[in-house]
Amino acid sequence: MQLRFSAEDEAFRAEVRRWLDERLHGDYRHLRGRGGPGREHEMVEERRAWERVLGEAGWIGLGWPAAAGGKGAPLLRQVIFHEEYARARAPGRLGHIGEYLLAPTIAALGTRAQQEKFLPPIARGEQLWCQGYSEPGAGSDLAGVTTRAELVGHTRRVTGQKIWTSHAHLADWCFVLCRTSASPAAKRHEGLSYLLVPMRQDGITVRPIRQLTGTAEFCEVFFDGARTPEDHVIGAVGQGWKVAMATLSFERGASTLGQQIGFAAELDAIIHAARHNGADRDPQLRQRIADAWIGLRVMRWNALRVLGHGEGGELPREALGSKLSWSTWHRRLGELAMDVLGAEAEIIAAAPYALTPLQETFLFSRADTIYAGSSEIQKNIIAARALGLPRGPT
Amino acid sequence: MRFGFTEEQDELRRSVRRVLDDAGGVAAARRVMLAGGNHDTATWQRLARDLGLAGLVVPERHGGAGLGWVEVIAVMEELGRALACVPFLSSSVLSTAAILAAGSDDQQQQILPPLARGDVTAALAWLEIGGDPDPATITTTARPAPGGHVLLDGKKRFVIDGASADLLLVVARAPGTTGTDGLGLYEVPGGASGLRRHRLPTMDATRALAEVVLADVRVPETSRLGGDATGWPTIARALERGQVALAAEQVGAAQRCLDLGIEYAQVRHQFGRPIGSFQAIQHSLAELFVMVESARSAAYYAGWAAEHADPDEATETTACAAAFCADACFHVAAETIQVHGGIGFTWEHDAHLYFKRARAGRTVLGSPSFHREQLARRLGLGVDPDETTAPEAV
Ligand SMILES: Cc1cc2nc3c(=O)[nH]c(=O)nc-3n(C[C@H](O)[C@H](O)[C@H](O)COP(=O)(O)OP(=O)(O)OC[C@H]3O[C@@H](n4cnc5c(N)ncnc54)[C@H](O)[C@@H]3O)c2cc1C
Repeated sequence: MQLRFSAEDEAFRAEVRRWLDERLHGDYRHLRGRGGPGREHEMVEERRAWERVLGEAGWIGLGWPAAAGGKGAPLLRQVIFHEEYARARAPGRLGHIGEYLLAPTIAALGTRAQQEKFLPPIARGEQLWCQGYSEPGAGSDLAGVTTRAELVGHTRRVTGQKIWTSHAHLADWCFVLCRTSASPAAKRHEGLSYLLVPMRQDGITVRPIRQLTGTAEFCEVFFDGARTPEDHVIGAVGQGWKVAMATLSFERGASTLGQQIGFAAELDAIIHAARHNGADRDPQLRQRIADAWIGLRVMRWNALRVLGHGEGGELPREALGSKLSWSTWHRRLGELAMDVLGAEAEIIAAAPYALTPLQETFLFSRADTIYAGSSEIQKNIIAARALGLPRGPT
Repeated sequence: MRFGFTEEQDELRRSVRRVLDDAGGVAAARRVMLAGGNHDTATWQRLARDLGLAGLVVPERHGGAGLGWVEVIAVMEELGRALACVPFLSSSVLSTAAILAAGSDDQQQQILPPLARGDVTAALAWLEIGGDPDPATITTTARPAPGGHVLLDGKKRFVIDGASADLLLVVARAPGTTGTDGLGLYEVPGGASGLRRHRLPTMDATRALAEVVLADVRVPETSRLGGDATGWPTIARALERGQVALAAEQVGAAQRCLDLGIEYAQVRHQFGRPIGSFQAIQHSLAELFVMVESARSAAYYAGWAAEHADPDEATETTACAAAFCADACFHVAAETIQVHGGIGFTWEHDAHLYFKRARAGRTVLGSPSFHREQLARRLGLGVDPDETTAPEAV
């Protein structure tokens, strides 16, 4: 075991840090701490511009393979970038869905032509993407999607409805899981395709949905004969399920470690509040704060251990628990924040419904155990894939 | 022994439910929230006047219905179910209990009849900055002034319905006193000069909390309820009544959440079957059921004890019910969001209203950990020697 970053890695860290600090204490200082879950409505235009700044400096696509036009940076470098990005309180990314979900999918399964068309604008920070998987009738049961894409000449015409689509109101493009051929009910995973659809067109209506935080970060997306060229299918027509699953498997834990820096900042804010209001003298709250700290450490070590397996190949078993761990931990952190603040936890930043950062943590973390595979689904997956238990009736 | 309600009590409950259903149930709370109002005034008029809720526990000789705390439990459960925005808890329970406990016969005769008629409302101004329920933290002073007057000076926070009440009952201490010594309860007209109050913007927008600033508010000495004889133990007794009532509200709210969850688990299909057929969901709802029923037993018993048991048992059962019901309600409301998936995270769905009410209920009349601490002391568990409030003997 060698559990420290190398000198070269640390030099890279210093470079990232310097670059971020120069900007976030210079021309872009007003963006520090803006955006991110629960705060996506903040400074949208400025954050769009920030994406281009990142792109110009070559920070987007660090982890994409060199063959697809990326930097092919090793996982540890990606981790370092994520950590420094969070530590600098750089703004919540608008481009993360394109960079971290779609681009690796195209790099792995797209044609050369698709890579040449779609990756460069993502790398330049010019195109924002959203993920069109969930539908009113297909959430946990993703294979239940009914949105259809019919071939008319050389064009796919998309009809149907997506829901809970994060950033759909900001995105230029959407990757849509849809049906391209009717298949018998028993073979629901067949006949699906993974389609890239431009968002700014007549056949698409986007309606933001207000969340319990009071803000609207996800949307309903109605497709009414929306068009996209026939060659905008990733993987073969009918292979959409495999491609959609691949998209979900690119997360190897690099961004998880960056996310933990954000968590640590939230925990710091709670510790600060506890010192300030005397909650730090409450033995029960002291224990819970220390426990949150332990949980965060353990998640970090678990993530590092997963990273140790390197790129490619099957995810190690211990990786399967990551989503369940962090989402449960984060939800509890939100509750802890409220208990530390006591009665004052109720008071929001401003009427009618501007929340404080810790209130955002508290409320937004309720979604953590729902999106990207709910906790119940995570446990089903762990039981089946990590433990090899017989599958339930799903 | 009969652990249940009488026919009259059940009829009262049904009448309350009818009025609240007529008003649209939770939709009424949403209307109040949207308008930024304090109450659903029309519904309160019907409840207060037609059903006599304003004077439910006021003795008949002061113009009330002369009913007891078991009736209050039944009413509060219904108000919790609908998240009703009415000043029953603040005025008809907390303030009325305080006046009944502390007021001389003359004072009762003077204050209670208009309250019982629903012509005016009162609010109990107790907590201060930070909302610590420990009476030792109260700093608002009542200073003797020439001409048989008292000057009240200090700042109250988290006063339920404090911005709209016609009459405030202010807990203040004699200058130079500490701990529970020298605390008294003062009747202050809403229009008194030197009194400023405003609604606090809160996460739970269905219950109006206010900040009340008293800048040398001059009131006659006779506005001290019960005169010098009445101190903290009397006020604490009134708070206990409020805590029992709040526990019942939480039972009503939790039951409604559970109903929503059970209903949704039957109609929502994923993987070709109702989500209620998955054991994960079944076990979750089964646990919530046990929690709600247990909370109900606790609240009912405490309601009975408030009226019929000796004060010592009443105090103990109140602390049990307050801690248990607040925790249960929070957990049930949180799981309700989880069971609903994405829809549960929206503003449009009612789950968040219950969740936020449950959160607020954890501090508005003392937190579960405060109540557990009271019990721990009664159980003879040691306390920090430099604690200011001495443990009560068991
Ligand atoms: C903040 C947020 C952002 C989102 N962003 C996106 C996005 O950008 N793109 C996108 O496509 N989607 C997005 N989603 C949707 C998200 O992926 C779905 O909400 C999620 O998959 C759950 O689906 P559902 O909401 O339909 O709930 P359902 O699937 O109906 O689940 C309801 C409940 O049933 C449980 N359940 C379902 N099946 C089983 C089972 N087999 N065993 C045990 N329990 C089960 C669930 O765990 C849940 O508790 C987002 C959701 C949220 C909350």
